[in-house]
Amino acid sequence: MVMFVPDPAAPPATGAVSLEALGMGKQFGALKALDDVTLKVEAGSFHALLGENGAGKSTLVKCIMGYYTPDQGQVMVGNHEQPISSPRMAHNLGLGMVYQHFTLVPDMTVAENLVLARTDLPAVIDWKAEHAGLEAFFATMPFRVPLDRKVSALAAGEKQKTEILKQLYLKRRFLILDEPTSVLTPAEADEVLGLLRDMTKAGQLTVLTITHKFREVFAFADNVTVLRRGKFAGSGKVADLTADDMAKMMMGEQKLPDPAPRTGVPGEATRLAIQTLNVSDDAGNPAVKGISLQVRAGEILGIAGVSGNGQRELVEAIAGQRDIKDGAISLHGQSFDGSRKAMKQHKLSCLPEEPLRNACVAKMSVAENLAFRRFDEEPFAAGGWWLKPGAFKEAARQIIARYRVKTPGPEAAIGQLSGGNVQRAVLGREIGGEVNVLVAANPCFGLDFAAVADIHGQIMAARNRGAAVLLVSEDLDELFELSDRIAVMFSGRIVYEDAIGNADLTVIGRHMAGH
Amino acid sequence: MSGDLLGWWGVPLAVLAGAIRVSTPFLFVSLGECITEKSGRINLGLEGTLVMGAMSGYAVSYLSGSPWLGVLAAGCAGAVFGILHALICSLPRVNDIAVGIALMLFGIGLAFFLGKPFIQPQAPNLPSIPFGWWSENAQVRDALRVNALFIIGVILAPFLLWAFRNTRWGLILRTVGDSADAALALGYAINRVRMFATASGGFLAGVGGSFLSLSYPGSWSEGLSSGQGITAVALVIFARWNPMLCFWASLLFGGAAALGPALQSVGITQGYYLFNAAPYMLTLLIMILTCSRDRTLAGAPGELGVTR
Repeated sequence: MVMFVPDPAAPPATGAVSLEALGMGKQFGALKALDDVTLKVEAGSFHALLGENGAGKSTLVKCIMGYYTPDQGQVMVGNHEQPISSPRMAHNLGLGMVYQHFTLVPDMTVAENLVLARTDLPAVIDWKAEHAGLEAFFATMPFRVPLDRKVSALAAGEKQKTEILKQLYLKRRFLILDEPTSVLTPAEADEVLGLLRDMTKAGQLTVLTITHKFREVFAFADNVTVLRRGKFAGSGKVADLTADDMAKMMMGEQKLPDPAPRTGVPGEATRLAIQTLNVSDDAGNPAVKGISLQVRAGEILGIAGVSGNGQRELVEAIAGQRDIKDGAISLHGQSFDGSRKAMKQHKLSCLPEEPLRNACVAKMSVAENLAFRRFDEEPFAAGGWWLKPGAFKEAARQIIARYRVKTPGPEAAIGQLSGGNVQRAVLGREIGGEVNVLVAANPCFGLDFAAVADIHGQIMAARNRGAAVLLVSEDLDELFELSDRIAVMFSGRIVYEDAIGNADLTVIGRHMAGH
Repeated sequence: MSGDLLGWWGVPLAVLAGAIRVSTPFLFVSLGECITEKSGRINLGLEGTLVMGAMSGYAVSYLSGSPWLGVLAAGCAGAVFGILHALICSLPRVNDIAVGIALMLFGIGLAFFLGKPFIQPQAPNLPSIPFGWWSENAQVRDALRVNALFIIGVILAPFLLWAFRNTRWGLILRTVGDSADAALALGYAINRVRMFATASGGFLAGVGGSFLSLSYPGSWSEGLSSGQGITAVALVIFARWNPMLCFWASLLFGGAAALGPALQSVGITQGYYLFNAAPYMLTLLIMILTCSRDRTLAGAPGELGVTR
């Protein structure tokens, strides 16, 4: 039996292959997601694809992989035109992709996931031989993941490493990565990207990576192509370009608002206090392990950490979405039970991650969603039960105008809005009024530069007005820009805490990795 | 030794015999549903499939004279129902649970309609294997007379457990059921895999139905099934989608159901109807004891849901 031939249908040739996408176009309804885009990637190069959200990067690579059928354009692999109509065909040509969402099967072990991806999967699997093959492969890799662990029990960073190892195990000749480092610590990112760069240098692999981190572009990429609003916006050798050049290509002539000024110093009074808090995750395992922290008025406490280290459970516990196992949360020195009444009394606002899922009802209108905190009081309701749609719409119009929410109108279902606009609408609802305590989790995830600057400004403004802000984020740049104090969360515990003036990127990175 | 001398020992023996007899349809339906649910779909129509299998199995056995042809026909009728369910569910915005309920009612109605001519005649029954040959005691010999389908089920359960882990089909089935994203990225046709899984599930449920009409005492009537199909669907959840646990759960359920008649046979008639409710109370009790407010069900296929 053939034991270790990952891809027999691939052309006999191995090693890096070049790829060109010529004049690609793709229309989704009224939206032109891709408009005559050309991308050329040389064999054995490390190519970065840059662009803001909605620029068409993911659409382009999904067209190349056969996930979408492009309306125009053609794909050349190794100078031969190839009609790729399904991911299977792309795999057979030696093309592989690591998607932004994980494509591992959670209920299977790492070994099962790797073997499953083989195109020549035998009818009955000889696990002994497969394990031997996997061990032999892992011996050639600089990092490894536990083979017999179920994927659902892996940390996010390990899952991402597994995705990449899976593609290498399949001996891909051209590998596409969609923001591969968003769940890795800086050191892990260097490890993974370094391995891929070495493989390109050795002529084993060509890499095309979607990213928005200039640091990684300068450290690893040879060439760069930039997209803006579905169109080609520029390309070149990384060595010939500066960060400003690339930013200009990405954004065009659009001007960024200045960073929000930080005014005043944190007050003395502790607004939010958490005392040896323990919280379980969905599987009943401890996720938050004895965390204590305090946030004062007019202070932003930033919590850094790789996703999946208990941040989500911590935020859900404070927002009243998750039961507390033991420990206590108190606001203004009073015990807080997560009820709507207590939130109102203490003016607690929450900006959870994935706001469409965690803070909105997608099928209800923008106006209704914006009134969630106050829909049963004057002026929205008479006597606490007779709702007045006119008042909903009027209040919604003000928030829509003030926070520049792009929506067909207050009547539109909030689920129709783009991610950035949902984020802005929820921000408007949560910090439009008076705020004493604000909890924000990855508030700018997936937003473009302009929206990010906008939301950072609003959070800073809330702090300057005297709110205590707990900012949980996976984006270190964001934390360094906004925080007064920074803490690092690892494996459910706070492992580091200091004023932002004393904090150092490498020290924080080390703590994020648990060292 | 005469039967009377067995005395109180007759109770566990009767429970064992009852467990084997009652559990057979549960075993087949739950193994079938286990395959279907592993692919990410729930087929609640298996009650209808079961009744349809009982009717068609009996009819074919009567017409052909071979009970095994009847079993095959019952399985094929079940597979057709499974394919029907899968076809309707592969249309956009169709909810598998609603389709299942519709097919359950359709299957029962159709079986009653087509089965009218077969209520009177006597069809050949399935054989059973006398494991009690060594005993002089009639009670023991009766209790250890094990029907052939149960033996097949006993072999099938560990085979499925092995197949889920060690075969290409098993891995693909679990992939499709646990993460549609992963299946798409690997290039598997999700609807086709689910069609296969639902058809296999329907086949097994149909075979389970043929047991009802073709095993001792062996007759077809409209009151044949008392909700075994629906209960078996619940058993799969109870068994955490593990075929071997499906087997033990079916036995437990069958044993509990046999408790009432067993006690009656030694003269305890008090609370007879209460004992008949034992399997349901047992299920409820175990469900309550094993569930938890802050934990999701371990082992549940990720694509299984009611919100599609």
